[in-house]
This record gives sequence, C-alpha cells and structure tokens, in this order.
Amino acid sequence: MGMTITEKILAKHAGVERVTPGEIINANVDLVLANELSAAVAIKEFHRVEGAGRVFDPEKIALVADHFVPAKDPRSAEIAASMVRWAHEQNVTHIFDVGKGGIEHVVLPEEGLIAPGELIVGGDSHTCTYGALGAFATGMGSTDISAAFCLGEVWLKVPQSVKVVYHGALEPFVYAKDLMLHTIRMLGGIDGATYQAIEFTGETIDAMSITGRLTMANMAVEAGAKNGIIAPDEKTFAYVRERTTRAFEPVFSDPDAHYERVIEIDASALVPTVAMPHSPENTVPVTQCVGVKVDQVFIGSCTNGRIEDLREVAHILKGKRVAESVRVIVNPGSQRVYIQAAEEGILGALAAAGCAVNTPGCGACFGGHMGTLGAGEVCISTTNRNFVGRMGSPEASIYLASPATCAASALFGSITDPRSLTLEPATR
Amino acid sequence: MLQGHAFTYGKNVDTDVIIPGRYCNLTDPAELGKHALEDLDKNFATTVKPGDFIVAQTNFGCGSSREHAPIAIKGAGVSAVIAKSFARIFYRNSLNIGLPVFECPEAVDGISAGDEVRVDPATGTIENVSKGTHYTAHALPPFMRALVDAGGLRPYVEQRLRERAAARR
Repeated sequence: MGMTITEKILAKHAGVERVTPGEIINANVDLVLANELSAAVAIKEFHRVEGAGRVFDPEKIALVADHFVPAKDPRSAEIAASMVRWAHEQNVTHIFDVGKGGIEHVVLPEEGLIAPGELIVGGDSHTCTYGALGAFATGMGSTDISAAFCLGEVWLKVPQSVKVVYHGALEPFVYAKDLMLHTIRMLGGIDGATYQAIEFTGETIDAMSITGRLTMANMAVEAGAKNGIIAPDEKTFAYVRERTTRAFEPVFSDPDAHYERVIEIDASALVPTVAMPHSPENTVPVTQCVGVKVDQVFIGSCTNGRIEDLREVAHILKGKRVAESVRVIVNPGSQRVYIQAAEEGILGALAAAGCAVNTPGCGACFGGHMGTLGAGEVCISTTNRNFVGRMGSPEASIYLASPATCAASALFGSITDPRSLTLEPATR
Repeated sequence: MLQGHAFTYGKNVDTDVIIPGRYCNLTDPAELGKHALEDLDKNFATTVKPGDFIVAQTNFGCGSSREHAPIAIKGAGVSAVIAKSFARIFYRNSLNIGLPVFECPEAVDGISAGDEVRVDPATGTIENVSKGTHYTAHALPPFMRALVDAGGLRPYVEQRLRERAAARR
C-alpha cells in the first residue's frame, strides 16, 4: 500500500519509513509561525517552561504582527511590541512588524519561507494555506506553538486523507473561492473533513494559479480539516524558486495510496457561489442572493488579499463609482501586494471609485478593528468565516464570496452576480 | 470529582462566539472568562458557577485556533466540556491547558439545561445526578491520556528538554 503526500511528509519528518492514519508521531518542523495574538499567549507559556531559555532554531521561526495592527489600543500596542522584543532577544530572523510584512499567510509564501515537502505549524487556523505549495501545514494553539518554539518538534495524529478530484475549466467570473465554498458543502459542511487531510487534485487544480490554490488550501479548515494540500508542479517550483535558493524535496502521493473517500466535482458546471449567514457551509448560487442590500463590502484577507484578487476588483470598479449606500473597504494582503497594486494604479483607481484602501492586516476579517460591523448590518466579504459576531456585532450578517462578486455588489449596494455586468472578465 | 450544573448548547459552537476576536488581545484567564460565550448566551458569564459544565452537540469549538477560547471557558469557572464531538484544534488546546473535555453523545442526549452533573475525570464516568443516569465518555488515546495525567503539555516538553540535555552530556 502506498502513501499519500500528507503521509509521506509526516513520515519523513518523523524519521520513519511509513506512517498510518491514526498513529501518533513526533515530527520535526521546518517553520513555526505565530502572530501577535497567538504569540502573546505562547511567549507567556514559553517563559513558564523549565529549561526552555532559547528557541530551538531562531531561523525557523516566523513572527508576524497582523491582527490588531496598526495598534487598535494600548493593549494591542503592548502585545505586538512585546512580540518584537522577544524576537530580538531570541535572534528570530523572520520578524514582520507593521509596514514590513502584512497578513501572515500572504507574507510567508511570498517571502519564500514555504517550500514543497516542508512541515509548518502555526498559531493560526489558516496556517493550512501553505498546503497550496505542496507542504504539510496545520494550525495549532499557543501552548503547542510554545512547545514547538522549545523543541522544534510537535506531536501529531496522522490524518486520514480525502481526495477531491476536480474536472473541467471554470467558467468566466467563477474562481477558486467559488470552488472552495462549493467544496466545503460537498465534503459535508464545516465538520465534513474534521481531523482529515484534504488533497485537491484534477485538471482544474492543474490549471489554477498559485493564488487560486492558496485560496483553496486556506479554507480547508472551514471543512474542519487538519490540512489541505496540492501536489507541487512546475508552477509551484517556479513560484518557490523565484523566492528562495533553499533546497527542498517535493513529495507526491503514490498511485496506490489509500483515501478515506474520493469526491469528484465538475468545476465547469459551477456558478458564482455565496456562503450565506452564519456559516461557510451555507453555500448557494449567487442568483439566490441577488438583490440583498449590503452596508459594507470587504475585500482582502489571507483568503483573497493577493494581487490577482485586487486586479479582479479593479477590473470591475475602475472608472466607476461604488454605490453611495455602501462602504467598501479594501485591505491589500501584504506590503508587497500593496506596493504592486500601487505601481499598477489599482490603489488609486479603487480610492477614486470610493473605496477605503487600508494598510494590510487581519483586523476587519476577525472583528478586530478597521471595519467592524454594527448591529443589523449586512456585509459581503472575500474572507473565510461568517460566524455570528465574526466581523463585529453578533447581530450583523456576513455573506462570503469571491472578489469579483464582492466588487460587483459594491457597484449596486446589493448582492450582484458578476456575470450580469456588461464587462468581459479580467484575463487570468 | 467534578460537579456542577449544565449549560446546554447546539452544534458547531465556534470559537468566534466562545470568545469574540475583539477580546483576543487579552491573555488573563479571568478577564477572558468575563466574555466567555458572550455572543451566544449573554447571561452565561454572569450566571455560571465554579464547577459548572458546558454540554453541547457536535463540532464544539470549530473555527479559529485561538487558545483564548478554552482559556476563557476555564477562566469562567467551567470544570469540563461534554460534547458529541469536538473540532480538532479546540480539543488539542483544551487538553494542553488542562480543561477536561469529554466526547459522549449519549450523555449529551441525556442531560438537560440546569441538570446537576458529576464527572470522574479519571474514568470518564458522567453522572446526571438530577435524572439518576450514568454514561461513560470515549477514552482518550494512551498518548493523550499520558499528557493529561502529567498535567498538560508543559511537563511533557520539560521532560523532552531534560532528555536532550542528558544526551548532550
């Protein structure tokens, strides 16, 4: 019996020939990530560990200030500053403060800190994003992250793998986001793949950009999964080699690997998809929501804050004006995305269209700051979660959709099918 | 022995309602505890008594990896969470910080809001004192059982560090 890509990466990092789902292993990690919120609790725990003293390897830790930055209040300023201070004390190389990084899951792949075959753990549930580059990556809490800071290893239960095979080409105005929202439902909802590895395969994935793949893997946790993963290919190698000279060993699933189940999805039949309040599993074709009035449109996040996402939005909004009744907030995902978007004239075009263009960060997505919702308000957002209270008031409602659907909705102040615009889709 | 009354909730109680993002710049358990479940049940934090239980349906703790969620629940005085199933990261975080969590669908079906409950964490025996019924939670895998018995993840990490120091000598 062969092994899946996930099982092979785990076996290699545990120093064993093979692993079996359900087995508990000790695995070496290639990178440990924390943001200022998970780091605050992890560093507190690190100081309590007798014999800890120094981190296992200061070059294998990445710390990103992204949740409450620029600081929302004195307490947020203090936790971010204390993370930066601790990073310097520990000689941590990869430290990204305000203005020098952005959203962790946009920054790490961009900076060449993720490569195929590697094992990454992070103090954030969307750490699973990195599976898009053929790595094993999973989110954990702060105590586990502290342990990884100390030891450079973590205990893991080997997950069963689920294979999703996508056929066909996506129609115009249908994107990775639509496909992933649909996939969550097909897998059985927000606990459809709990404790499992989701392996995304098939011609639709082969044809997809790295940005699209990052969007897919990002939301694996929305199906409850431990990780999402995509086998690396020439696109992956090109993306990674542009960013690092580090050696890496790509890993691929064996043809006779065992899957708990295999799901086939016809991507060519998919239409723009929306997750209705209050769960990412409440997915319907956008046509069922058309006309729902929105108070805010949010574009950004670790799901859809990359340059290609902003290009889609600019393509729809450039030279136009967003509806007077709606607030449109755009957060480029990282400083690099911000600079690129500025150079391409995207930021200016969006500002001229009536969008508030913010600095990179997670604030609005998790109800932190810079775009929280009031009671009774409705938002359509490119983010990944629409639970009660996620973006602010527990009496607000959130619809999740692609950047194009959000941009189209911004024009009319109500949920709009991007296919109804008299516009060709952007070239992808 | 853990003893208290039950607060019952539905399925998919996510970490955003357990502790909303706006409070995640707090780290103090008691402070976090004051806002536990605020967006799901406004009265929870003011009415929960030390020792009480949260009893919930499937997929408790889904969503964000914030360890603030089990810390808030523990900080509010809850002695354990009993659910039909748990989301992966929440489950792991709870064991790591010493918040007992029990998977027991039968007990969840047999416990109503306000019932008096008694739990023996060593055996996983759950007693509904109000109704006179008994249940046994799913046993933890041996590795996790050892972690919990040792008092959470920290003693395990300290042991690994001592082994490494000894190997270097």
